Amino acid sequence: MFNIIKEWIPEGSHVLDLGCGDGTVLANLKKELNVNGIGVDFEEKNIQLSLAKGLNVIEQDIDLGLENFENKSFDVVLMSESFQTLKKPEIALNEIIRIGNESIVSIPNFANLRCRIQLFITGKMPISSALPHDWHSTPNLHLCSLKDFEELCSKSDITIIEKKLIKSSGETTFLTRSFPNLFAEIAVYKIYKKS
Amino acid sequence: MSNKSLGVIKPETFSYKEEFLLESGKSLKRFDLIYETYGQLSEDGNNAILICHALSGNHHAAGFSKDDDKKPGWWNELIGPDKAFDTNKFFIVSLNNLGGCHGSTGPSSIDPETNNKFGKDFPLVTVKDWINSQNILREHLQIERWHSVAGGSLGGMQALQWAIDYPEKIKKAIVIAAAPKLSAQNIAFNEVARQAIVTDPNFEKGTHHPKRGLGLARMLGHITYLSEEVMKEKFDRDLKKDKIEYGYGIEFEVESYLRYQADNFSDKFDAHTYLLMTKALDYFDPSKYFEGDLVSTFKNTNSKFLVVSFSSDWRFSPKRSKEIVNSLIAAKKSVSYVNIDSYQGHDGFLFPDDRYVETIKTFLSSDV
Repeated sequence: MFNIIKEWIPEGSHVLDLGCGDGTVLANLKKELNVNGIGVDFEEKNIQLSLAKGLNVIEQDIDLGLENFENKSFDVVLMSESFQTLKKPEIALNEIIRIGNESIVSIPNFANLRCRIQLFITGKMPISSALPHDWHSTPNLHLCSLKDFEELCSKSDITIIEKKLIKSSGETTFLTRSFPNLFAEIAVYKIYKKS
Repeated sequence: MSNKSLGVIKPETFSYKEEFLLESGKSLKRFDLIYETYGQLSEDGNNAILICHALSGNHHAAGFSKDDDKKPGWWNELIGPDKAFDTNKFFIVSLNNLGGCHGSTGPSSIDPETNNKFGKDFPLVTVKDWINSQNILREHLQIERWHSVAGGSLGGMQALQWAIDYPEKIKKAIVIAAAPKLSAQNIAFNEVARQAIVTDPNFEKGTHHPKRGLGLARMLGHITYLSEEVMKEKFDRDLKKDKIEYGYGIEFEVESYLRYQADNFSDKFDAHTYLLMTKALDYFDPSKYFEGDLVSTFKNTNSKFLVVSFSSDWRFSPKRSKEIVNSLIAAKKSVSYVNIDSYQGHDGFLFPDDRYVETIKTFLSSDV
């Protein structure tokens, strides 16, 4: 997945990583592409780990708003696998688009075949490498399928410039390409909105 | 948490013998700055950290002044071997600012022109003046560039001003429990404190120490440094005696504490210095040279910033720290922000909360 993100981010760009976690992605982008970036996270541990990597990190709860970031103030806004954990994903999506010239959002695909089979056969919430948590301890609040996400984008007049559909191992297969909503486990989108 | 202490520290005094022009247009013929240092300056000279003090602080930030000293310096919990500001790694400089009353030139010093104390005739100095005088001290100490400048409250404002005024001389700025400028409410508290001093009959006469007025100013200040929560924890509504007496004596524990703080402080502190320090706070507004725009104020800064606030601080609340952070982000600067969960109020910056200590340590040791 990092390889996909890396290809979409121009060297030396100004990057905002929303939900930067322990800062691994941002640190690698800094190392490989010399980006100048800021991470945002709310977990004390993540902030500490990001600081230890020498990153800029802001303690902030994305669900409480992103008004403090100015319009088009970053070349790229990145939200890697935390979209589904937000309380108000639709608002956040529009904020991401407002702040970045381009945005990259990745989501786990809840309509993946494995999830469907697990739910169908066992009658229980699916667990997979892309969705590793039990239903009662998952940080995920708004799981969706690729179709759902794409519908939300089109409803908000957001254009999908590029998308990569992968298994959680990062590989792309004939099946993930042909029947993404069934076989892709993670989708990475590059999106923007005409102003 | 490290309990190691630095032991007894002897201050030094640097005398600057040339005329020093102040922001107000006035000048000082010369000045002294008293300072302490902790740790060793490395051979490449890249490990020097300047600590800036707050309103009533001084140069004695860590260690003890003498063998039988009961209390160590005001930031002893954070400065020392293996502490947040680790003296095994860093060379730390802490001074008493111009206008102070602990050995640097200030209202209680002798005016060479009159051979009397400056008193009320000591010119008002600003945060900008402090940074300029600290820069002269930097040159004297032969430090090419500060590794970091750090401080809480008014000290944090100095760290900001350093980054703005001497962008090439400061690698990292640690701005703790500060604000980009005072609000009307902040100024109002300072004004009440000043009125308490200047309306003290002893002050008006100009001959005696206005102990009562200075004590009142300190009481008021002290309340604003604490959160309601911490006052509840320390005193709640506890009484000195077992029942109320329907009089105006000291009845509640909190009253007793405030009066003790007032007495203790006003015996040791100079009233004119207190007035001057509150004015320096009120005047602080680095954006005034940039048409009030904080983003442009930060345009030429070249430091990596760490901004820290405390959740229960209402004197300079987290919101004020976020104003600094957001302007730095908009100016595309390197900035990290941490809001420490604390119940201590503004005074939180003085205590060694685990997360706070780790944050500073990590920020100081990470690459630029």
